[in-house]
Amino acid sequence: MSQIETLLKERILVLDGAMGTMIQAYDFKEADFRAKRFKDHPVPLQGNNDLLTLTQPEAIKSIHAKYFEAGADIVETNTFSSTSIGMADYEMEDWVYELNYEAAKIAKEVAKDFTAKEPHKPRFVAGSIGPTNRTASMSPDVNDPGFRAVTFQDLVTAYKEQVEGLIAGGADILLVETVFDTLNAKAALFAIHELKQQNNWNHPIMVSGTITDASGRTLSGQTVEAFTVSVSHIPLMSIGFNCALGADQLYPYLKRLSDLTPFATSAHPNAGLPNAFGAYDQTAEEMRDLVQKYLEDTLVNIVGGCCGTTPDHIRLIAEAAAKCKPRPFYQEAHV
Amino acid sequence: MSNKVPTLQLSGLELLEITPETNFVNIGERTNVTGSRKFLRLIEAGDFETAVEVAREQVEGGAQIIDINMDEGLIDGIHAMTTFLNLIAAEPDIARVPVMIDSSKWEIIEAGLQVAQGKSVVNSISLKEGEDIFKQLANKIMQYGAAVVVMAFDENGQADTLERRVEICQRSYNILVDEVGFPPQDIIFDPNIFPVATGMEEHRRNALDFFLATKWIRQNLPYASVSGGVSNVSFSFRGNNTVREAMHAAFLYHGIQHGMNMGIVNPSLLEVYDEIPKDLLTYVEDVLLDRRADATERLLDFAESVKGTSKEGTQQKDLWRELALQERITHSLIKGIDAYIETDVEEARLQVARPLEVIEGHLMHGMNIVGDLFGEGKMFLPQVVKSARVMKKAVAYLQPFIEAEKDNDNQSAGKVLMATVKGDVHDIGKNIVSVVLACNNFEIIDLGVMVPPEKILEAAVAHQVDVIGLSGLITPSLDEMVFVAQEMERQHIQIPLLIGGATTSKAHTAVKIAPISNNPVIHVNDASRAVTVVSNLLSAEQSDNYISGIRTEYHDFRNKFLQRSERKQYLSLSAARSNALQLDWENYKPTRPKNLGKYSMTEFPLDRLVPFIDWTPFFRSWDLHGKYPDILNDKVVGSQATELFADAQAMLEKIIDEKWLEARARWGIFPANSQGDDILIYDPEQPERQVASWLTLRQQLQKKAGQPNLALADFVAPTTVGYHDYCGAFCVTTGFGTAEKAAAFEAENDDYSSIMVKALADRLAEAFAEYLHQAVRQNFWGYAVDEDLSNEELILEKYKGIRPAPGYPACPDHLEKETLWELLAVEETIGVRLTESLAMWPAASVSGYYFAHPKAQYFGLGKITEDQLEDYSHRRNISLSQARKWLSPNLATD
Repeated sequence: MSQIETLLKERILVLDGAMGTMIQAYDFKEADFRAKRFKDHPVPLQGNNDLLTLTQPEAIKSIHAKYFEAGADIVETNTFSSTSIGMADYEMEDWVYELNYEAAKIAKEVAKDFTAKEPHKPRFVAGSIGPTNRTASMSPDVNDPGFRAVTFQDLVTAYKEQVEGLIAGGADILLVETVFDTLNAKAALFAIHELKQQNNWNHPIMVSGTITDASGRTLSGQTVEAFTVSVSHIPLMSIGFNCALGADQLYPYLKRLSDLTPFATSAHPNAGLPNAFGAYDQTAEEMRDLVQKYLEDTLVNIVGGCCGTTPDHIRLIAEAAAKCKPRPFYQEAHV
Repeated sequence: MSNKVPTLQLSGLELLEITPETNFVNIGERTNVTGSRKFLRLIEAGDFETAVEVAREQVEGGAQIIDINMDEGLIDGIHAMTTFLNLIAAEPDIARVPVMIDSSKWEIIEAGLQVAQGKSVVNSISLKEGEDIFKQLANKIMQYGAAVVVMAFDENGQADTLERRVEICQRSYNILVDEVGFPPQDIIFDPNIFPVATGMEEHRRNALDFFLATKWIRQNLPYASVSGGVSNVSFSFRGNNTVREAMHAAFLYHGIQHGMNMGIVNPSLLEVYDEIPKDLLTYVEDVLLDRRADATERLLDFAESVKGTSKEGTQQKDLWRELALQERITHSLIKGIDAYIETDVEEARLQVARPLEVIEGHLMHGMNIVGDLFGEGKMFLPQVVKSARVMKKAVAYLQPFIEAEKDNDNQSAGKVLMATVKGDVHDIGKNIVSVVLACNNFEIIDLGVMVPPEKILEAAVAHQVDVIGLSGLITPSLDEMVFVAQEMERQHIQIPLLIGGATTSKAHTAVKIAPISNNPVIHVNDASRAVTVVSNLLSAEQSDNYISGIRTEYHDFRNKFLQRSERKQYLSLSAARSNALQLDWENYKPTRPKNLGKYSMTEFPLDRLVPFIDWTPFFRSWDLHGKYPDILNDKVVGSQATELFADAQAMLEKIIDEKWLEARARWGIFPANSQGDDILIYDPEQPERQVASWLTLRQQLQKKAGQPNLALADFVAPTTVGYHDYCGAFCVTTGFGTAEKAAAFEAENDDYSSIMVKALADRLAEAFAEYLHQAVRQNFWGYAVDEDLSNEELILEKYKGIRPAPGYPACPDHLEKETLWELLAVEETIGVRLTESLAMWPAASVSGYYFAHPKAQYFGLGKITEDQLEDYSHRRNISLSQARKWLSPNLATD
């Protein structure tokens, strides 16, 4: 059992908050995204947040540090879209390995600093593996329901490259997150499983799905239960939900998940629902009060924040989590 | 927390959990090319659409898992498996159940696993080709996250005794669990169901050994399940369904008793165990349980006596299917049922000399009844449109036969050309009228939307039409219609003209079109009237009388109308301006918008708009009049409205679930001040810089004492007050996707759905406008943060501030849209564009202004006089004649 899995039995671990929200505050412009290195890149790069790992590494490190300072045990690498599929829009497929490697490396550096300062509270890095911008089990064309914009094999290839970079850079955990199409997640798990077998790796895996709306289903139409069953064939350190909903809307689904799964559970909800203009209004106190209910009802082992959350949110959540017992769970992620 | 015993859990879109308490899980077997000839034919023919329906029937019939098999020599199995699974993934009512990917070829299984998001079952693997391959495949299956069926088969062949079954299952289980690490609950054994009563001694224990092996597996191999294909057991009684049905029921009964918890069963070949006659049951169980040496002979003897009393074919059919042919056709037409129409029409076709007679006879007879019922108010428009759908399907079926006869002798009641005029994109009403006329045997030449006059007239001449119907919704279309009438005069085209559409009116038709035309011009704004009007126009006996009657009626109406409007008193523009609304700007403090500037949203979730839908206009678009929700219980139209509403809800659900439409919005809020009747809009970044000016028009009708002559500019603080006020503008659309969907329905002769999707898109666009306005009031601008209004209150416009739209009563000037488009860069950002008549495309779009002042109110401009027209043409910097063209509906002097 890895160190983090031992800790998971002892206390509730805290994941960091939003990366994008923090990056926005820097108000980086096209030139900042490019820096010197990519000044001649043929397509616009503003908005490619993952690229900032290479062009504004100090900013990314400082964000990680802020979350660790706030009390996070785990930070996520800045690699949500760092696959050849996600980078295709920016014509940056050739830098995918480096993006993942560097992102894991700088996060790990920050984590090491904090662990050295506070050995009783070791810090970890989760390699963030996003869903890509294509869906393997849905057609983007309503008139051609049999069509698929991406195949399982395409996804496996893309995810392998990402995972190799993350592990080489020093990621402690692999986090397959914001799963809106379960088939994409299965491809990621397939890729991870193959790499683990080939390389004898022993990194714990977290899976986090996204319930997209009040219907209680993923974008690809699965219920909480169906999603859980569809990704539980690989030993997971944890399974949970993130994004799309706020902590209060997520509660019933987290409860169902917690009743069903033998694995540890995680939740990193948004700071409430976005208002009509895509901004998040929920304050740190409001969110803490809602997360408190998860803790009281022992629904989670890992808790953090997604869109709209900041170090303030994480600080209050971490304080609350420190006072509560972790959810007992049944199965350890054996490999 | 969960620490119960491991259970087999599978998933499609939903979970299927097989617990120890689960009695029996039924696996559908019709989507298997080796088991169903029909399915094989469909797959061979590439008819995946119908093949998907087979899966749907299975699930609707209660299958909890569907077995899919594409193993046939002539089929490309990988392609067929992938295509089929991809297609059913798009059908939530099928995809909710898990799939069993059934093939003897690993490549096909793997292709299936790569497109299934749920936890599926692989059917099957075995030790047939040795342990290495077995382990390798099991490992892969585990990695794909599927359960597996393991056949009792090894290097030496299929297990056919109890001992062999036990031996192979035990060995397979040990390898899977101990060596591969396969979760034991994900293993399903198939210990081979073989035929009984074959007459061969070695087959006597086939069923019994299966039962005993099942029991042994369930007791000795923890968490594993047992499944099998039941119909195999009765193989030797093919043709004797009574015995087969009894045998299947008895086999299942005993199988389940012994622990069989899954199986492939054809429900139409299954008797209820308790319903099996006692004597038959005894003979069957003697065989299954091998209770007597002569069991087989006894059953065979008995089987002879019960042959042909099968339960198959006695399934209850709808009683109306027993009626005579004509009555069945009429029934289908009246009820809008299309399931049998092709069968019935084919039967009719074989009875008559020429296929056309079916249309003129059987179908027209039915449609006449539909027409009568409609005329008598016993049927309603949505029903008639459904009838038309059936009619169209019938005619489409007959078309090839008619073509084959080369029969040009078309006996339609008359030809009607229908078109939405140039610059206008609205066609719901036009389509409804077309459908109703088509139901009444008129041939319709539908030219679609945005049809230029020359094309209308060219087609009218080329097709020798009897009537031209013009439709339009926006005010500039009125002029287009006048222009078409003028052109007809100029080209001496003598065809009656029908005018319809939301902005048209009897007044406009009588005053502006009828006088310039020598052709009969009739305003028809009601689909149910269209048939009467066209029939009268084309009737040899009544036509002349009817036309002269109409002329007299319109003449009188025109005179009355002109006299009436002459009595109204108008103020001069300067007098009207002196009587403008005076708000207390000194003591007013505008709420500074939280967010100034321009913003867009795309792919806004449609389900968020549903609560904002105002349904009343939806019913009106179908000619059902009444207020929602009272209309659902209306004595006359209630049941129709309810049915229509149910259909609308069903489609709305699909629109949302399958994302047929895309909602986009563009809006902006700016510093602003009024200057006279203009509103000056400033750059939010540099408020001294003016970026646009909105021209508003002022009421000139003489008001009662104390009542102001309003212009929208009155609601904005004037430049003289020394501070900035604010204004907003917006465009929302839910129209992207509508045209494609409507065209697809039309291609399937389904006008009902085509009209429905457009009507719903319109409702969603209005709902989006309502939603965005609320969001702006409460959050984005934030001048009404405390507002808490119900949808009813929103419909009643109880909110603070207004959102008037250019082209509508408060600001009938369509040219303002060009200003808004430029200011907000609407087309560049969300793709909504303006036609030459300044209609928005896609049609399901709404645009307008935001005014926040609590005293801002909706009003109608009414008529204006020449002095304002001239003043306006200077402000707009256009010629007087251009100004006249755009504002003509509002000119008092005209």
